Amino acid sequence: MVSLDLLLNALVAGILLGGFYAAVSLGISMAFGLLDIVNIAHPVFVMLGSYAAYIMNVRVGFDPILTGVLFTPVFYGLGVLLYRVYYASFERKGAESLRGLVFFFGVLFIVEVSLLLAFGVDYRLVEAPYIGESLHIGPVGIAFRLLVPCVVGLALTGALYLFLSRTFYGRAIQAVAQDAFALRLMGADPFRVKGIAFGLAIATAALAGALLIMIGPVEPAMNREYIGRVFAVAVLGGMGSIGGTLVAALILGIAESLTATFSGPSWSVAVSFGVLLLALAVRPAGLFGR
Amino acid sequence: MAGRTFVVLAVVVVAAGVIVTVLDVNQYYYFAAYVVLQYVVLASAWNILGGYTGYVNFGTPAFFALGAYTAVVLIQSMNAPLVVQLVAGAAVAGTLGLGIGYLTLRLRGVFFSIATLALAVVLQTLFINWEYTGGARGITLTRPATVPLGGSYVEYLFVVMLVLAVITVATAWWIEHSWVGRGLAAIRDNEEAAECMGVPTLRLKLVATTVSGLLMGLAGAPFPYYVTFIEPASVFDLNYAVNSLAMPMIGGSTTWMGPVIGAVLLGTAQQVATVTISSALNLLIVGVILVAFVILAPEGIVGLVQRLVRRGPA
Amino acid sequence: MNAAAERGSGDACLDIREVSKRFGGFQALNAVSLRIRPGERFGLIGPNGSGKTTLINCISGTLRTDGGRIVFEGADITGLAAHRRTRLGIARSFQIPKPFTSMTVLENLMIPIEYARLGHRDGVVDEAMGILARVGLAAKAQVPSRALTQIEMRKLELARAMAARPKLLVSDEAMAGLSSAEVDDILAILLQLNGQGITVIMIEHIMRAVMRFSERIAVLDAGEKIAEGTPDQILGNKTVERAYLGE
Repeated sequence: MVSLDLLLNALVAGILLGGFYAAVSLGISMAFGLLDIVNIAHPVFVMLGSYAAYIMNVRVGFDPILTGVLFTPVFYGLGVLLYRVYYASFERKGAESLRGLVFFFGVLFIVEVSLLLAFGVDYRLVEAPYIGESLHIGPVGIAFRLLVPCVVGLALTGALYLFLSRTFYGRAIQAVAQDAFALRLMGADPFRVKGIAFGLAIATAALAGALLIMIGPVEPAMNREYIGRVFAVAVLGGMGSIGGTLVAALILGIAESLTATFSGPSWSVAVSFGVLLLALAVRPAGLFGR
Repeated sequence: MAGRTFVVLAVVVVAAGVIVTVLDVNQYYYFAAYVVLQYVVLASAWNILGGYTGYVNFGTPAFFALGAYTAVVLIQSMNAPLVVQLVAGAAVAGTLGLGIGYLTLRLRGVFFSIATLALAVVLQTLFINWEYTGGARGITLTRPATVPLGGSYVEYLFVVMLVLAVITVATAWWIEHSWVGRGLAAIRDNEEAAECMGVPTLRLKLVATTVSGLLMGLAGAPFPYYVTFIEPASVFDLNYAVNSLAMPMIGGSTTWMGPVIGAVLLGTAQQVATVTISSALNLLIVGVILVAFVILAPEGIVGLVQRLVRRGPA
Repeated sequence: MNAAAERGSGDACLDIREVSKRFGGFQALNAVSLRIRPGERFGLIGPNGSGKTTLINCISGTLRTDGGRIVFEGADITGLAAHRRTRLGIARSFQIPKPFTSMTVLENLMIPIEYARLGHRDGVVDEAMGILARVGLAAKAQVPSRALTQIEMRKLELARAMAARPKLLVSDEAMAGLSSAEVDDILAILLQLNGQGITVIMIEHIMRAVMRFSERIAVLDAGEKIAEGTPDQILGNKTVERAYLGE
């Protein structure tokens, strides 16, 4: 007999987690979905965002969301820079697949080990007045440490959606995936547009990282758990579709939450792997894909 | 390098190894040499799928660990001899390679790579939760009392790993010079064209993943006796993931010699360095060198040497 | 009685029956049917984006069809993997040459000889050199394939297709961007191959080449076959003219 309370709580937690997963996956949805750049280092940039939030929280007492917002332009610059290196070394020569992948793995590795050297293996967390609190609606407990990241995550998702669909550069980014030549005819430089897109993708990591460390303590190796998750969401959601990313993230969040509640938390990592394989087997184009 | 030369070289290497054990130098050298040889196996195995076929495996620890834990299970359950552990470890890891290949190789190479990444994480979770092999706490094993060659057990393991390294490199050499290797290279250069030229791409890719996984499992099987204490954290160490990739990429990924050079150079350097710098810093340096090579010298050391030789005699 | 009618009026070499292919919401091919006779010289033309290369990809097996059947020499190959079709005798060249860049010209040829003819034995090199001689690339055997000129790459594409000893050869815009003399060069190779009994489907934009080469021509537009007939019939066809020039 499955307790209804338990089920309800697991579902709600899953939805909240899903909102957060959407925020984390936006970067991959753009980089991989729209630009076809397999940036497996994206989660480690999220970790970087988490540690930025940690330092600002411990040293200056900043709220993590504030740090996330402040660091967004920094991460944007980092993203543009990274894209330029990638472009010059691989995309221009058409040698993307093997070496591009290895390149991002190298970047992942360098960042993870640097974090390890700087902060060690201990778990780090942030303090904020609302993190320990929760509100209760009937039998369901909603922890603020889950609620706030979900809400902010949804806001970020919405903002990105609006940017991509309403602004000139946003539409140019969507176009560059399909027809770089036509883009040139419209007066936009594909190289610059892709740089902006990749910069934005990494920029989301700043805020996503701040949200991550709100949900729970972090340590550098965690990034690898998230690689499976973000790619599962990106594939299931249909590469490049922001709406699809949100739906897929919710599905993953709920699946993981249910698994954690009924089979044990250590198995939730395997869920994303299963979801990814399932998505690839059944609908490689994703739920909303082209 | 022609076949006959290779065989002679292999015999010389193994003979030298055996002689060294008879000489009975400081035990530490056997420990260190074991690690370097283990990397020769891992790097060569990785390269069969990575350098030859163009499919990147980020999950070397998964296959290595499977070999090691298969050995643990055999030791715990029936005190099986090392040979059985080797064969079983290789078989299980090879099956994993086949399985993951079957699931993902019909899709873009990218998805295979991501699946291998996720695979390592999942397998680690599995072994952390499996009490029979020690769970997260780990398990202690005792080496057999009698040592087949005389001398210490570590010396014996050194010779075993030497033989495994020779077998692995010989396999890589054979594949490279055979029609299999040519087919794999065609897949790497242009998979669509290869398929239209009659190359059974899926089948060959499955062969490459299975052989690669098998050899990695082979490297892992003697590990329990080597360390005598096995825990998931040390078996799934990041070292294996990055080194098995960096060594072939830095050494040169299109030929059997590249992984060997990369493993010997980087492996020895790391063995020397662990005495002086932290392992994390060590890893960082490897990462930086890897990225530098991928960007600046993608054909690796072998490629650089080839270019110099071509330019040399005017 | 003309040669074309004499050759197997009943037997088709390649029978494409109502083949359709969709990419997401875009219908690339819509129930296209063609019957190619053994030993025929068949031309396939149409404006850009009309579905020619998609059709070729369906024939070679690179793409799975969404409807219809493909029958080769009486056998249904609709579900067959591409490499098996090559072994049955279907060969194609690629519009944008896809040489095996890490290999020499000779090694490029060894792949189809070894794999399409199931032979990993001696004689492969001699066979390869023979084919290279026929296309005029023998001198470049040891050159890395990425160092070839445009026309040399096109010839290599054709040589690789020939190496599989095909019964049907599909040439996908092998002459695009070549000079007049180079076009004649390629044309001569294709005619020679046809003379040996190989059925050739030629996809081309260079009209004089298609008209000279083909016994029959089919025209595709927006995924549908809009005309089929002899070169003269196609030249005078108003529908074809409209397709190319617009209304």
